[in-house]
Amino acid sequence: MLFRYLLIVLIILPIKAFALIEVDITRGNLNPLPVAVSPLSIDEKSKSNFKKILKKEDLGSEISAVVENNLRQSGLFNPLNKNAFLQKPDIANLKPRFEDWNLIKAQALITGKVTFVDEKLRVEFRLWDVLAGKEMMALAFTTVPSNWRRVGHIITDKVYQRLTGEDGYFDTRIIYVSEKGPKTNRIKKLAIMDQDGFNNKFLTLGNELVLTPRFSPTNQMVTYLSYFRNLPRVYLLDIETGMQEVVGDFPGMTFAPRFSPDGKKIIMSFAKDGNSDIYTMDLENRIVERITNHPSIDTSPSYSPDGKYITFNSDRSGYQQIYVMNSSGKNVKRISFGNGIYGTPVWSPRGDLIAFTKLHKGKFYIGVMRTDGTGERLLTENFYQEAPSWSPNGRVLIFYRETKTNSKGEGFSAKLWSIDLTGYNEKMVNTETDASDPSWSSLLSN
Amino acid sequence: MNRNVVISFGLHAFLVIITAMSLPFLAKKPIDLPPIISVELIQITDKTNIPFAPKAKKIIEKIKEKEKKLVSEQAPPKMVKKEKQDSIPLPDEKIKKIKEIKEEKQNPEKVETEIKQVSEFEKKDLFDTSSISALIDKSKVENAETNKKTDKITQDQDEKIDFGGLSLSEEDALKAQIFGCWSIPLGLPYSKNLLVRIKLQLKPDGSIIQSEILDHARMNKPGQEFYKVLAESALRAIKLCQPLRVPSTGYEKWKELQLNFDAREMLEG
Repeated sequence: MLFRYLLIVLIILPIKAFALIEVDITRGNLNPLPVAVSPLSIDEKSKSNFKKILKKEDLGSEISAVVENNLRQSGLFNPLNKNAFLQKPDIANLKPRFEDWNLIKAQALITGKVTFVDEKLRVEFRLWDVLAGKEMMALAFTTVPSNWRRVGHIITDKVYQRLTGEDGYFDTRIIYVSEKGPKTNRIKKLAIMDQDGFNNKFLTLGNELVLTPRFSPTNQMVTYLSYFRNLPRVYLLDIETGMQEVVGDFPGMTFAPRFSPDGKKIIMSFAKDGNSDIYTMDLENRIVERITNHPSIDTSPSYSPDGKYITFNSDRSGYQQIYVMNSSGKNVKRISFGNGIYGTPVWSPRGDLIAFTKLHKGKFYIGVMRTDGTGERLLTENFYQEAPSWSPNGRVLIFYRETKTNSKGEGFSAKLWSIDLTGYNEKMVNTETDASDPSWSSLLSN
Repeated sequence: MNRNVVISFGLHAFLVIITAMSLPFLAKKPIDLPPIISVELIQITDKTNIPFAPKAKKIIEKIKEKEKKLVSEQAPPKMVKKEKQDSIPLPDEKIKKIKEIKEEKQNPEKVETEIKQVSEFEKKDLFDTSSISALIDKSKVENAETNKKTDKITQDQDEKIDFGGLSLSEEDALKAQIFGCWSIPLGLPYSKNLLVRIKLQLKPDGSIIQSEILDHARMNKPGQEFYKVLAESALRAIKLCQPLRVPSTGYEKWKELQLNFDAREMLEG
């Protein structure tokens, strides 16, 4: 009997003992991740070579500064103060002393080495998990020395991707309309710069009015609108070669040409017989196809990333609202139902959201909503702001904001701003001149 | 005849007495019910515990350690009873020191609640809003689980309560600690099913002997980059937090713990 009892106890006991306690962790902090960006180590010989070519004292530090600035601007990382670093860059790159980096609360560490090899710049970098004490990634790049800033951007993209799981957006450029002069007589030029505001270049002379430049999602082509002898023309510009061509002259007011996701078509709106509708143009055979046919004003078309749908704005319900339809023009559905006027809808490269400008009670908002119109979120409010453009990973929006003029007509300015989807990381993008109508390129390194 | 009457009378009297004796018990039952409810309340308060209990525990542990050093190595390891310890022959200065430490660091009420079993009324006084919210949170989780799953879960939960689960306050203390350490990767898409389950083996002081990702195979699968990022962030949080804030007793219960990291609520919010 006793034996039986013991047997039962012995069977039951392990079952009880293995009842594992589970604790659900559903909250955490949304603070930026503390990252230590150690200056990239560089030997004396390479240092003097790069000094001759690039006029930079210490290229290793310069590249790490690019990485650090990118990470800080993203709002997701907190690069730690270099003065707190205990380990020298060259030793850290070989084998970091994790206790030292742990001491300054770094959770990730970036180290690297810069060398001058066969007239070229060779950069290797490593990403370390400080708490786990292991290497997460190690890569090396070789390029011409003048590309050193891009190397910094590519390193940031790789680090960003490894630590967040989504693609980066740092090795990209922004095309925009540079503006100068009084409000009544603005000189507008097409300009391009790196996403961090460096390497600014003007692409047109400013003789003609330029509007709404838009990058191709697949390559470094740009389409924009320019007025020649007061007639709107749609242009195509190859950023790499500088070649420019007129796609077509269109009657009446033409608005906002934009590429299809495969880069083979341009979609735009223009007024024919006094009625604005949406049209596409095949860039190979230049055939124009009408997509909408409605007596209302249909403008600002933008394709979904899979090319199956188009979002646009129309006043067919009485007020300007956002609509979605099939790429053939069928199944038109209104998706914006909030108070106010909605415009400039742009489909996210991720495909899940549509960004828009909203005017309500005299204030302008930049916001996002799901593609069925639900989950509207207004990210930022201001006196005047519009034309959002997505970063290639669909996480950040760039747009432009104008300031009020005083009674004398002074104080006007237009600047580029960026904000991420959380709505917290709002930052002004530095430009040499006033700026409007920004458009974000795809990743250059793809 | 008379005899029969006497027997009948006696038996009737016996029945009346039995009935008279048993009826009050029946009548008492409903009166007994409220204490049962109140017992439940007590159990809940015990589970929730008072919010500063972990702190008090820590302080007690500190004092224990100090006393160990001061008194002798043979000092009782678990129960801390002031009177007994005071009665141990010590140099006067040392006794004063211990008392001073207690007076400085300890809230006497807190210690009492930790060491002694206080009355129900006292517990009610100590029951604050934060523990109410903890209760609500817990019930949310439990409700969600029972809605999703079958009766098995309820049995598991029963097991938790009866056999070895952490009390709500202990669980809350642990959660709060990890919340502070876990930097959620903000780039994660909230539409994806991302739940990282990590099994821990712990030392009695809360430091980690071993951590194991239960779905480790997912880490290296192509297209599971987000899972990998989340799993790595969870491991970082655990390492950053250790030693974990675990209960001072019942090591056998929690020497193995499973932490389920789920960022959806935060990313959606």
